[in-house]
Amino acid sequence: MTINANMAPATLPSSEADVLASQRVLVLEAGRAERHYWRDTWAYRELFAILAWRDVAVRYKQTVIGIAWALLRPFLTMLIFTVVFSRLAKLPSDGAAPYPLMVFAGMLPWFLFSTILSEASASLVTNANLVSKVYFPRIIIPSSSAVVALVDFAINLLLLLALMAWFGFMPNWQIVFLPGFVLLAVLASLGPALIITAFNVKYRDFRYIIPFIVQFGIYISPVGFSSTIVSEEWRFLFSLNPIVGVIDGFRWCLLGGESSLYVPGFIMSLLTGGLFLWCGIAYFRRTERTFADLI
Amino acid sequence: MNNDVIIRAEGLGKKYVIGHSEREHYVALRDVIARTAKGFAQSVTDVIRGQASVTGDTREEFWALKDVSFEVKRGEVVGIIGRNGAGKSTLLKILSRITEPSEGRVTMKGRVASLLEVGTGFHPELTGYENIYLNGAILGMTHAEIRRKFDEIVAFAEVEKFLDTPVKRYSSGMYVRLAFALAAHLEPEILILDEVLAVGDAQFQKKCLNQMATVTSNGRTVLFVSHNMGAVKRICSTSIVLSSGTLQFRGETAEAIHRYSAGMTEDASISRALGPDLTIERLSVGRRGIESGRPVPYEIVLRTLRDTEVMDLSILIEGPTGERVAIIDCRTAEYPVSLQKDTCISFSGILRALPLVDGKYDLGLFVQSRYARGDVRGLSELIVSEPMSQGFPVPYPAEHRGFVTLEHEPRPPKIIRDASLGRNTQIIPASA
Repeated sequence: MTINANMAPATLPSSEADVLASQRVLVLEAGRAERHYWRDTWAYRELFAILAWRDVAVRYKQTVIGIAWALLRPFLTMLIFTVVFSRLAKLPSDGAAPYPLMVFAGMLPWFLFSTILSEASASLVTNANLVSKVYFPRIIIPSSSAVVALVDFAINLLLLLALMAWFGFMPNWQIVFLPGFVLLAVLASLGPALIITAFNVKYRDFRYIIPFIVQFGIYISPVGFSSTIVSEEWRFLFSLNPIVGVIDGFRWCLLGGESSLYVPGFIMSLLTGGLFLWCGIAYFRRTERTFADLI
Repeated sequence: MNNDVIIRAEGLGKKYVIGHSEREHYVALRDVIARTAKGFAQSVTDVIRGQASVTGDTREEFWALKDVSFEVKRGEVVGIIGRNGAGKSTLLKILSRITEPSEGRVTMKGRVASLLEVGTGFHPELTGYENIYLNGAILGMTHAEIRRKFDEIVAFAEVEKFLDTPVKRYSSGMYVRLAFALAAHLEPEILILDEVLAVGDAQFQKKCLNQMATVTSNGRTVLFVSHNMGAVKRICSTSIVLSSGTLQFRGETAEAIHRYSAGMTEDASISRALGPDLTIERLSVGRRGIESGRPVPYEIVLRTLRDTEVMDLSILIEGPTGERVAIIDCRTAEYPVSLQKDTCISFSGILRALPLVDGKYDLGLFVQSRYARGDVRGLSELIVSEPMSQGFPVPYPAEHRGFVTLEHEPRPPKIIRDASLGRNTQIIPASA
């Protein structure tokens, strides 16, 4: 049979990728592990981009204060933390950096973490209609919702730069590492976020754990205070929290020489963060095949 | 794998686990604690294994699909028909990779796109323009592909003027047209369609059917699920009939539709309250394979919950969009009928020659008793098929023929002399 002869020219595969796809043989079987999981996910990168764009577009549509909300929340939190921890509790800052700047540099990754956690965990359920009607690697949904958190983060970063200018504080050369630490913050947040997302598909009450994590976590992470006030024997244990490493890293590169990086703790945080991420992806991959049946 | 076979399903099965609660009065606190603990341990195990957790004391396996095997050749357009719950949607979900089979395997060659719902992922806040890109990406089109076909899609949907309006302000017709226009321009090797033609007005449905016919004539393979037998008959050369999760028939569409409608009315028992005094136990029109133009028996069985009287009783026959096509008036000289509490009564009769055109109709009931009065809709379905005749002329497609076939005897055409025309024609002078 001559297949191509039957096809109108317009229906011929248009690019090399399409030609490859049209020759691909797809086998669906029970419990068949997706061999080309990451390649498959990469093939859906356009969907990832467009879903992320949709979330951002919808967030700022039909809002009056839109961006102002993203500014107001961290600004007020910074004020309160400065008053409580610096003025009332008389805690020291990192070196000579003004206390508000130190709080803000810690709050940036913290808000990124908490927004990713809450956006991602609700994402699969709010996109239930997609999950039950179309196939795509499910990991796209929670990770694309993290992009919204990144937009808020960018706005906060501008606010920080404005604050730095107001305090007349010049960042050092370490600021070039900032993108790396942002990536680290996103990865450290995605681990727990994926676990909660996967749980939340079946157990809708699981997302109530997030306000708890956020409320509790802000005190066991150095958001309102500096990690240096934690005594030496507790410092290592304290660093088991992956966010500690991220916040310390942020302060190190934003406040420059004023904040020093505690290396064993930082490595510990990296390891726990990596473990969370690995567990999150593994658990998500194992359960994602049943999402459509559960949602 | 044979080069011609594009989809091969072997022993496909899909199992769901459903839980039941044992309804008994717990007397001992110890039992309650033991059960709760057992249930909790079970859920924890499920969570860790990443399985669906099921609540209930006993678990039962339910096979939505069992041992289904078939092959589809390249360029074939296959209809999938079956009653609600026969496993059609489960099969489509497996083929479109939304859920995985519990057993068996499917091998498919080429790019697969599935359309299980019109407008999946449309966001009401976004404009028509934005939604085209969004929905296109969700359906698996690349950005370049959408850009190439953009004008065509917009023209097909007839929404040029509203591209910058959020779709939440669209009329439902515009919404559906835009959604379908996108779907109609998908160009995968395998297209999976579920009941998508059930929306839109008749004219647009026709346009979609034509677009689909063009699509399939380009050598694309299509799997098409529908309750619209007219559409299935028109675009599918062969069909698959599913019945309670198993494959009942695979072959010619006409034969498949015949088998499907034969299986349709086997079970006519229903139980629904019509009022405080009456429930309906059975409503059947025809027994097996209702064909247009043939005699069809009907029966209604009612049960009384208290002493009452039935004054009026009719079977309502309604078309696909709810318009009333006909009624079967069940009143006889014996009406009104007085009934005692807890009795079952049957009203039956026969329709001499069913005039309905082939298609699916909804059955309802109009009842007036001492305590109840009104229409009860959607009690059952009536599937009418065309008798398989080799005669001439070949009937037009059902969607062009209205609802009823009128009995008539056409005479052979006759040439008439011009002069006879003038007999009944008044000629009015121009300058009267």
